[in-house]
Parts: sequence; C-alpha cells; structure tokens
Amino acid sequence: MTPPPTSDLVLRTEHLGRVVKDKVLVEDATFEVRTGEVLAIVGPSGSGKSSLLRLLNRLDEPSSGTVYVEGIGYRQIAPRELRRKLGMVNQRPYLFPGTVEENLQFGPLQRGQTLAHDSIEQLLAQVGLKGYASRNVANLSGGEAQRVSVARTLANSPLVLLLDEPTSALDETSKLEVESSIQNIVHEQSLTCVLVTHDTAQARRLAGRALLLEAGRIVRIGPINEVLHA
Amino acid sequence: MLKYFSSNQLYLGLEQALIAASAAMLVVLLARKRGIHLEREALVAMLRGLVQIVAVGSILLLLLRGPRWTSGFLLTAMMIAAGATSARRAKGMPGAFRVSAWSIAFGAGSVIALMTWLGVIDTAITSLVPVGSMLIANAMNTNGLALNRFRADVLAHVGEIETALALGADARNSVSPYVQASFEASLIPAIDSIRSLGIVWIPGLMAGMLLSGARPVYAAIYQFVVLAMIFAASGLTSLVSTLLIRDRIFTTAQQLSLQPGR
Repeated sequence: MTPPPTSDLVLRTEHLGRVVKDKVLVEDATFEVRTGEVLAIVGPSGSGKSSLLRLLNRLDEPSSGTVYVEGIGYRQIAPRELRRKLGMVNQRPYLFPGTVEENLQFGPLQRGQTLAHDSIEQLLAQVGLKGYASRNVANLSGGEAQRVSVARTLANSPLVLLLDEPTSALDETSKLEVESSIQNIVHEQSLTCVLVTHDTAQARRLAGRALLLEAGRIVRIGPINEVLHA
Repeated sequence: MLKYFSSNQLYLGLEQALIAASAAMLVVLLARKRGIHLEREALVAMLRGLVQIVAVGSILLLLLRGPRWTSGFLLTAMMIAAGATSARRAKGMPGAFRVSAWSIAFGAGSVIALMTWLGVIDTAITSLVPVGSMLIANAMNTNGLALNRFRADVLAHVGEIETALALGADARNSVSPYVQASFEASLIPAIDSIRSLGIVWIPGLMAGMLLSGARPVYAAIYQFVVLAMIFAASGLTSLVSTLLIRDRIFTTAQQLSLQPGR
C-alpha cells in the first residue's frame, strides 16, 4: 500500500523488521523523515540502531515491512540507485587504497561519471580538507579519514545521509572535527540526515528529532529534548 | 632395511605405509604441542586416502583392460569427487560443490579433451587415466585454494565490500580485488612447480617413464608437457570457480550474504 503523498516526506518506513536465526534485531519500526531534518536514532548498545540503519539502504533485507523513498516502495528502486540516494557513512571510514580524489571519484565512476577537479575541491572544502585531493589515504589521521569518507558519500549527491556512529571510533579532537563538518553540511545544505549515535549530547547538538530504540522496538519518537528527557 | 624382513610385496607396502603415516602423525603431534589440533582430520584423511587408493587401484586393474570409454567414465567420477573435496574448503559459501564440480569439469575436462584430441595425451586408458587424474587432482587443489582464499578475504573485508556497495558499486565490482587475489594466490603452487622443475624435484611421472625404459630427454620433455597442462587446467578451473562463486555470496538485491557468524 502506497502512503499518501507528502511533498516534504523523503523517507517513510512501515512495520520494518528483521529477524536473524530467531533473534529479533528490529521489530515493527514505523517512522518518517522529512526533507532537511536530522533524525537521531539513539538507544543502548545492541538495541538495533545500526541494524535499522542498514535496512534503510537495503544493505540487509527486512524480514517484514518496507521503506518508501519519496513515496516509492524501495523494492521498486534498483539497489545501486537506492544506495546512491541514501548515502551511508560507517563507523570506520574504510577508504580504498589510493588518493583522496580517487576515493571521491569512486561513487560517480560506478555510474560512468567523473567529477571535475573543482567539484572535488568543493566537496573537500565542505569537510574542511581543502587541498587534500592528491594525498594518499594511508597518510591521513583517523579524523581526516572519516571526513574524506563523508565527502566520498556526498560525491554521490545523496537525498539522505545515513550516519552510523560516525565519531565513535575517534578521539575527542577528531570527533569534534568530524561533528563540525557534519553540522556544516547538514545546516548549510539542509541535507536530510539520519544519525545513529549512542552519544546523547551529540544527538542534541546535531538533531532536531530523535527515535529511541530498545531491544529493536521504537519506544519513543519526537522532538529531541522530549525523547531524551522523558 | 624393510626388504630384509619382508619378502612379500604386499606386506612390504603395508609396512612402508605404516612408517610413512607414523612420520606424518609425528608432525601432527608436534602441531598439537603448539595447540593446533589436526589429529582427527589427519588420521581420517590418511586412512581414507589409503583405502581409496587401494580400492581405486584394484578397480583400475580391471578397468584398464576394458574398452576405451571407461576412461571417460573414470575421469568424470574423479571430477565429481574432486568437486566434493575442494568444496569443503569453501565452508559457508552457498553452492560451493556445484561451483567446484563445474569449474573442475570445465577447467580440467576441456584441457584433457583438447590435449587428447591433439594427440598430446595418448588415448590408451593406461595413459589417459593417469595423466587426466593428475590434471583433475591439481585442478582440485587449485580450486580449493582459490575458494578458501576468497572466503577468507571476503570475511576479512566485509566493511570495505559493504562500503563499496553503499556507494552504489555493483556486487561484482565490490569484490573484484578479492577475486583477483584469490586467482593469483591459487596458482602459486602450479607456477612454482614449473619454475623448480628438475632443480627442486623430479616428478613421479618422469621417474616412472625412466624406469619403464623411455628416453630420458623425452621423459623430461613430457614432464614439462604435463606440468604445462596442469597449469592450464588449474588456471582455467580457478578462473571459472572464482567468477562463479563471486555471484553466489550476494543476494539478488546485492546484499553480501557471506558474513562472519551468519
């Protein structure tokens, strides 16, 4: 059943669930994400936050339910196109061997496109790494690598940015650098974003709404302060 | 020394097998001291190998006197058994047996057929079966190595593969570095065998030909011929199996199904 069209509704899940070997990872998750908003998925460790995020870009197959992207059921969208639209940044950057520029070109090259050097520089400027294009990724710090990873995802011009604990593997300084880059992108470009984090302070700094997960179920969803203070 | 004690060839063979197996078990015991437990696997493999080779030797004795089509039957049975054996190295990968059996059948089978047709392998059962079995056995080892390496590489690089998928890469592209690495690694033994031929080892076939009265130069050249055929059969098998298994570790929605602990 297609949900009623809503102009600013970019993402909607309906009764989304995933069970692996009788273990319920996500259960009956129904929520919406509107254009330009930042939704934080918070909850204790093992509550299914990352599992839920992986269902959104179909890296894992839901056992039940579905996702609508701009009103279209996501099984009607080719997986590669879906993943371009819902760009994901992982906890670890997983950069490919080579230069920063080669990493940024990876996504567009999959569609037979090449980004102009100016576009590369522009993307790098957005994450505070102007002039890094020719650097070898082997020589980057953890924070720089994660910012390259964010820029690499942005190179695909996603509709929604899915961030899976993007700063949890970083030291405090790098964490603030990455967070500042994300804040910059989200606020300046009004990019829709779903952020998985266990850090409630970070969720408050970046998100407008929050979704609290416990044992795979949504227990609260709403304005960030209401969800985190309840 | 054994010859002084055993005049009967059968007893001599069994005594030799026992001594050789004891040496192998000694290594297993040494490995155990380092916490590596191979006892059961090694013992079962050796007993099984001995029973199989004696059984096959007895059957061969009968079949070698039979019509020529029996070599086709024997080689096909060997390919199926080789597929089952090397598929065990691909634990957790769906369709490993089918992939292995088809790859060995294509890789070793096509080289055997072509070489027999061209006259490089004699059509007599006494020649076709032993040479063909060498190609199949080596194709089996190469296939096992390729699948095992591919599996290990994929499991060690789930993050990189899923990152590529998340960036819109095709499933095949996301694992192409590991397909290439597995193919290259699986051919190392075959390349080293050719490279060290005559210097590090004198293969059994050449020794056998010399003992049966063949001219040494011809025996040497034919040994190279066999190794080149082994390389061709193994390479083709590995190429096909890595390409076939690549598609089996993804779902139709391009999700990586081979995951640690799943």
